[in-house]
Amino acid sequence: MSAAVHILGAGPGLSLQDTGRQGFLAKGLSRGGAVDGLALAEGAVLVGARDPLAIEMAGAGGRFRAEGADLLIALTGAPMSAEIDGTRVAWSASHLLPQGAELKIGGVTRGSYGYLSVAGLTAPKVLGARSAHLAAGIGHRLQAGDRLTAQPAPHKGGMMLPQDDRFSGGTVRLLPSVQTDQFDKETLRRLEETAFLKDARASRMGARMAHDGPGFSSSEHLAILSEIIVPGDVQVVGDGAPYVLLNECQTTGGYPRIGTVISADLAKVAQAAPGMPIRFRFVTLDQALAARDAALRQIESLPDKVTARLRHPGDIPDLLSYQLVSGAVSAHHDHDQEES
Amino acid sequence: MSGTDPGAGFPRLHHIGEDGMLVEFGDRLTMAVNGAAIAFRAAVEAAGWPGVAETATSLKSVFLRFDPLDLPHETLRAHLVDLLATCDWYGVGLPRGRRLWTVPTAFGGDEGPKLEEVAALAGMSRAEVIDALCARPVRVLTLGFLPGMPYLGQLGAAFDFPRQTELTPNVPAGGLAVAIRQLVLFPGQTQTGWRWIGRAALDVFGLTADHPFPLSAGDEVRFRPVGASEFAELQDACRAGRMVATEQALS
Repeated sequence: MSAAVHILGAGPGLSLQDTGRQGFLAKGLSRGGAVDGLALAEGAVLVGARDPLAIEMAGAGGRFRAEGADLLIALTGAPMSAEIDGTRVAWSASHLLPQGAELKIGGVTRGSYGYLSVAGLTAPKVLGARSAHLAAGIGHRLQAGDRLTAQPAPHKGGMMLPQDDRFSGGTVRLLPSVQTDQFDKETLRRLEETAFLKDARASRMGARMAHDGPGFSSSEHLAILSEIIVPGDVQVVGDGAPYVLLNECQTTGGYPRIGTVISADLAKVAQAAPGMPIRFRFVTLDQALAARDAALRQIESLPDKVTARLRHPGDIPDLLSYQLVSGAVSAHHDHDQEES
Repeated sequence: MSGTDPGAGFPRLHHIGEDGMLVEFGDRLTMAVNGAAIAFRAAVEAAGWPGVAETATSLKSVFLRFDPLDLPHETLRAHLVDLLATCDWYGVGLPRGRRLWTVPTAFGGDEGPKLEEVAALAGMSRAEVIDALCARPVRVLTLGFLPGMPYLGQLGAAFDFPRQTELTPNVPAGGLAVAIRQLVLFPGQTQTGWRWIGRAALDVFGLTADHPFPLSAGDEVRFRPVGASEFAELQDACRAGRMVATEQALS
């Protein structure tokens, strides 16, 4: 049997994602792709993939078995509880998943989207990309019974990357957009001063921002002819709430856009868990470009940030969560030490 | 096509995020505004400016996505201003390479339950509605909202009625619907506020087809009315993978 990831159980929001499918906007197809591009890149660096591809997991993971070979996996993005054959394993790290072993990934502890990368993971390209675009009917939601082709582990893993905190909301930077001028100054000031909470109504298509108080209506709210929309655009929908478009959005929309989230901050919107605070702040184009540049450099520098996970107890951040005793007595099973 | 006045201040440039620019040719849909967008996009594509990643048109604009770290905003803006000044884009005519599609289409009955209602709104008989929609080709104004989904028009003033407030559920792939002087043709089963009057034998988004997206903005579509039994036969052919719509090049 060739190397494969066998999905034994799947949470409700699992799909294969890469960097997306660009160039089809004129045909009505949005780019899709991983909503947290940094997490996708981190996973690729940890498993040594030149062309990033991962299982994106919304809210909760699933159960996965290595078939045909030992597999090298990496866990990135929103932290989730994870264990291999009952032994807790670290997030933002790579691990060996021995042939026949079961990786169990539970719910998120912070954020929304976790990523499971696997060395040598392959999938057929459709319109130039391997990303599922469920809204467009491309690919499918991963389910129990699915087998994904991979390659035998090239090494034993045990590497890690530092994690930033883009999982708990915070300030999101905006550029003015096409209709920003149709909102009066007071409304724009209120937009920046309002403490929004990310609504539970969020998906790969977009995320609604909830708040107390009046909506954010514009002067020409009903008179807008449909126009091209892109991920990051903040539409003010019918009830006056801001709605941030994400990777799998539609390609045209008729709601006024009060601003556009800069690319460097879009993953923060996607990753914030429901109920997390979001604030909007307008920035200049130069500030947005500097942030874009910094985000690209951050991805380029990932290989330099990979470190070996040390075994010294003082370097293990959450000592009590590890099964130290079973690891210590289980001399016949050296993966316990490797994975804890 | 005449160079209709699009109103003061157009064409207008907007930034969309840090890597998008929109060239807006008007704030209302007219054939001249839409034609300007389609023609200008073709010119942008032909110019091939390094750093432009993707272009698309809406009903009234051209969108460009570009790499702002490679192609600075001021450089792209200067390119656009220069290109805009080269001709009257509202009167220049549509670019070459467009196609005319002839699409067998069933109207009314189970394939278009709102035909009666649309006839009443348009002040026509059902036959007059079908004649009005099939007598001459209509332009693919833009594709969007759903993959491959065309907005077609612009229809005559009789079809200037709004979308319904309630949604019609379970409109099938190929469903043809009308409102606000436009037709839309759905790529897959959907619910819609557009008024569902017919069903066209054209898969506007088919992943297994040689051309997953057969239509492009600027193409023309002539709907050829067929009866229910002929339509059923054509659908069988479609399901067998045959393209029953025909296409020819427009000069």
